[in-house]
Amino acid sequence: MINWQFFLEILFPALQEGFLMTIKLVCWSIPIGLVVGIVIAVGRVYGNIIVSFFCKAYIVFFRGTPLLIQLFILYYGLPSLGIYLSPFVASVIGFILCSSAYHAEYIRGAIQSVKSGQILAAQALGMSKISAVLNIVLPQALRRAIPGCSNEIIYLIKYSSLAFMVTCIELTGAGKIVASRYFAYTEVFLVIGVIYLALVSLVSKLLNILEDRLAFPGWENKK
Amino acid sequence: MPKNKELILQVKDIHKSFGDKEVLKGISFEVHKGETKVIIGPSGMGKSTLLRCINQLTIPDKGTIWLRGQEVNHHNARQINQFRQKIGMVFQDFNLFDHLNAVSNVEIALIKVKGMKKQEARDKAMSELQKVGLVKQAFLYPAELSGGQKQRVSIARALAMDPEVMLFDEPTSALDPELIGEVLGVMQKLAQEGMTMVVVTHEMGFARSVADEIIFLERGRILESGPPEKLFYQPEYERTRKFLFKLTELYGDIKGYHKR
Ligand SMILES: Nc1ncnc2c1ncn2[C@@H]1O[C@H](COP(=O)(O)OP(=O)(O)OP(=O)(O)O)[C@@H](O)[C@H]1O
Ligand SMILES: [Mg+2]
Repeated sequence: MINWQFFLEILFPALQEGFLMTIKLVCWSIPIGLVVGIVIAVGRVYGNIIVSFFCKAYIVFFRGTPLLIQLFILYYGLPSLGIYLSPFVASVIGFILCSSAYHAEYIRGAIQSVKSGQILAAQALGMSKISAVLNIVLPQALRRAIPGCSNEIIYLIKYSSLAFMVTCIELTGAGKIVASRYFAYTEVFLVIGVIYLALVSLVSKLLNILEDRLAFPGWENKK
Repeated sequence: MPKNKELILQVKDIHKSFGDKEVLKGISFEVHKGETKVIIGPSGMGKSTLLRCINQLTIPDKGTIWLRGQEVNHHNARQINQFRQKIGMVFQDFNLFDHLNAVSNVEIALIKVKGMKKQEARDKAMSELQKVGLVKQAFLYPAELSGGQKQRVSIARALAMDPEVMLFDEPTSALDPELIGEVLGVMQKLAQEGMTMVVVTHEMGFARSVADEIIFLERGRILESGPPEKLFYQPEYERTRKFLFKLTELYGDIKGYHKR
């Protein structure tokens, strides 16, 4: 016996806001995280000793510590230094730091798998190193990094639920509030699970389409 | 040698070591406008290193490179980039940009380095592809081209920059025998049209019919150099004679090239 009234009048309106917050969180975190990841990966591979060391340290630190700890430091720790972040901003920064560290590792691997002759040929034509990296190496490396980065983006969608731990009420948080008020844990979390599943499926589909769009002859067999 | 012709490239006393292995021990030569120099020598003797030193992909330990009387300063990255635009380089393994089709391979440096407008670059790229006989393949990707076609695209890519001199590093040695002729044909035509070229190759038929001078590199030094007739028929050193004999044995009769 399903209580439709609960779903329609209580749960869905409450989840709607949480859902929009989740969308907002990932829409900020995914692109910025990717861009930061690219910058860190390029710095790691092509930077001088200092830059490369900094980028490596960045990756080690943000991959090596739990995201929840990073979020706690950002939200509860920074105020002691006089820096006050809103729950939303703290969450987005945390997600960017964490996902960019993973992206950077995938992209670094992809950069290093581009044949060295590619950059030599570009330089022989008079391209600066930076231009060769931007125009020749990255277009190939980023294609190669898509599967890895897709994984990370999907993780990010799911771990965005940690924002709730720093009082940013997103989908999971909104559900938790309803669930405990009405003591309807199973129904609520089943619904939320299905929403995440739908979101993740949609995004993976889009990423697959992107991967196919960017493929070129001679590329398919490298996937 | 045509001493009255303009001096294009001067290579002065180039030294290069990797670790404690001295690969180049003082190489000097000059290339005048329209000349074709062929460099030969045993494997691992530094022929590729020498070509890379010329366009500063490898920085020499000692010695200088001059283009039209101007010394290349390897401390000045900007100057090096300008200088490299004037020196076309063709690699043994093509090094076409894998993610770009043939015409984009040719035009990308025109756009990104020379700052040409897209349409202008496209027109120029197409006319370069026409020179190497690949207009029909303009929109194919490197993976869709044969080795010989790839190498011709890479020649077109270098030519598009309107270089003063072209460097070829064993342009045919990664090719199946039946594809070598089409690439040598393009190079021969270039030479006849007056392009200045420095070619590392073991294709003695090509050297014989196109080279103004053959440079024999051995143990990091120029052992001997001179016009093909001299090196083939009256070499100063026994080593030169033996090496050339071995090459012609390996790569066929010196006149064989014309039959291809
Ligand atoms: N980047 C490098 N680091 C260390 N050693 C190198 C490097 N590049 C070349 N060498 C060494 O220098 C020597 C000369 O190499 P190079 O490629 O110039 O010879 P080559 O005459 O072109 O030979 P091949 O006929 O095989 O192409 C080789 O012994 C090679 O191992
Ligand atoms: Mg070589």
